[in-house]
Amino acid sequence: MKRSVWVSSAAVLGFAFLYLPIVSLVIYSFNESRLVTVWSRFSTKWYGELFRDPQILQAAWVSLKIATISASLALVLGTLAALVLVRFGRFAGRTLFNGMTTAPLVMPEVITGLSLLLLFVSMELTFGWPAGRGLTTIIIAHTTFCMAYIAVVVQSRLVDMDRSTEEAALDLGATPVRVFFDITLPTIAPALVSGWLLAFTLSLDDLVIASFVSGPGSSTLPMVIFSKVRLGVSPDINALATLMIAVVSVGVLGSLWIMNRRAGARQDN
Amino acid sequence: MKWLIGSSGRRWVAAVPGLWLLVFFLVPFLVVAKLSLSEAAIARPPYLPLWEWDEDYLTVTLNIGNYRYLIEDTLYLNAFVESLRIASVSALVCLVVGYPMAWFIARARPDRRNLLLTLVILPFWTSFLLRVYAWIGLLKPNGVINNMLMGIGLIDEPIPMLQTDFAVYLGIVYTYLPFLVLPLYANLVKLDNALFEAAEDLGARPWQTFLTVTLPLSLPGMLAGCLLVFIPAVGEFVIPALLGGADTLMIGKVLWTEFFNNRDWPVASAVAMVMLVILVLPIMLLRNAQSAAEREV
Repeated sequence: MKRSVWVSSAAVLGFAFLYLPIVSLVIYSFNESRLVTVWSRFSTKWYGELFRDPQILQAAWVSLKIATISASLALVLGTLAALVLVRFGRFAGRTLFNGMTTAPLVMPEVITGLSLLLLFVSMELTFGWPAGRGLTTIIIAHTTFCMAYIAVVVQSRLVDMDRSTEEAALDLGATPVRVFFDITLPTIAPALVSGWLLAFTLSLDDLVIASFVSGPGSSTLPMVIFSKVRLGVSPDINALATLMIAVVSVGVLGSLWIMNRRAGARQDN
Repeated sequence: MKWLIGSSGRRWVAAVPGLWLLVFFLVPFLVVAKLSLSEAAIARPPYLPLWEWDEDYLTVTLNIGNYRYLIEDTLYLNAFVESLRIASVSALVCLVVGYPMAWFIARARPDRRNLLLTLVILPFWTSFLLRVYAWIGLLKPNGVINNMLMGIGLIDEPIPMLQTDFAVYLGIVYTYLPFLVLPLYANLVKLDNALFEAAEDLGARPWQTFLTVTLPLSLPGMLAGCLLVFIPAVGEFVIPALLGGADTLMIGKVLWTEFFNNRDWPVASAVAMVMLVILVLPIMLLRNAQSAAEREV
């Protein structure tokens, strides 16, 4: 079927819409003027400013720590959840299990954040743990919503996976644990990598949930950005955004390139 | 099925994520439910306990005043109605903008699809907060769009765009567009080309083919996509806080103010409970739509 000009131009406009704000952020990050939207001349001074801002550096460090730990924890829990959903067939409580794994994906963040904070407060009153709010509580919160994303990513890979190698290994006498580590894990490795990266970015980006469950001294990068943005637009945020966009684009496009090359190699064989 | 570690091993594999979700996802809702029935107080934490154990008497005090307050003060009702309206209009606008994109990708050459899909997902990987922030620079009275329009002489003075409902709609459509395109694409890419060729051979015009073949077959994908936009948009906080004006009422923002500014935890909990009840139906619909979209191959 031919594609009409209408559809194509509408689609192109859609893509333009997605990228227009990002492009303008990047352009204005190199603007010399403090007035974010009045172009004076090319300058990289806001990048320098950014790296001299202790508040931002401190918050970035906190965020990176939280994102690394939560993404890793979520990877383990999310992969287990995906295994249970794809491989365990029917079991008592499956509907509940399935609901609990997928609901965090769509749950409005204000609800997740509030409910977790109230849980932490009640737990502290009852068991004395967690004492106060800080890194630990943010990590728990992020792990919980990140594992849902990882479960979805890993689940779709497990469903597509060809089981014959696993069955062959089992027939040849390998223990199920060994089959899992030697065959299943390497096969789903790409999904694990992209799941981890997704979880990492989501954690790095979360403002609402972190605001509820953080304590004094554990302000994350989005929290600092949000308070800065509320006070007015500041050009060093543009520089920060550009850096983050650059890292993410290189990462995502790079992995796409690698995957395409591997797919190409597979076709050649 | 013994492929994993025998039945006791399997129980452990299921128990670890299951317990985690139970404690950190399900139980918290019960805590919110409990707190929504307690009374606010100037204390740490700022509410009174629900039950007290004194000698042989267990006194349980349930305060439904928080819910009555939500009904009596029209602010909350308005905020709920407004949120539902903004979320549903945004979902429909996403559908109009996203449908051609999903169709375009689904009908592109197979080797190009991955790149196009990545282009849809890429913004989703870059910070949501910063992408919303980018719109401030574009929409401000002295922002890029106004400067451009004035530069080409189309307008004489800036159009107020920031801190309006328009900016909120724009922000929601912009940030949630990938959520609509992806499930819709997954649905559209599965449709058999033979169907369209048959329709064309039988003399259907392109728009007839679209209305009678494509549209009905892509309903599950459309529904899943719209709900994926609608559900989180109802409780959205960041977009109305940054792009909306003081009079933009959205329930996520109300909950936030109630919790952080007024420190009224019980009322914030009651707002959350009502929001949950409202969202139960869409969430169940979403599950059905997603499994329907998966079945349709």
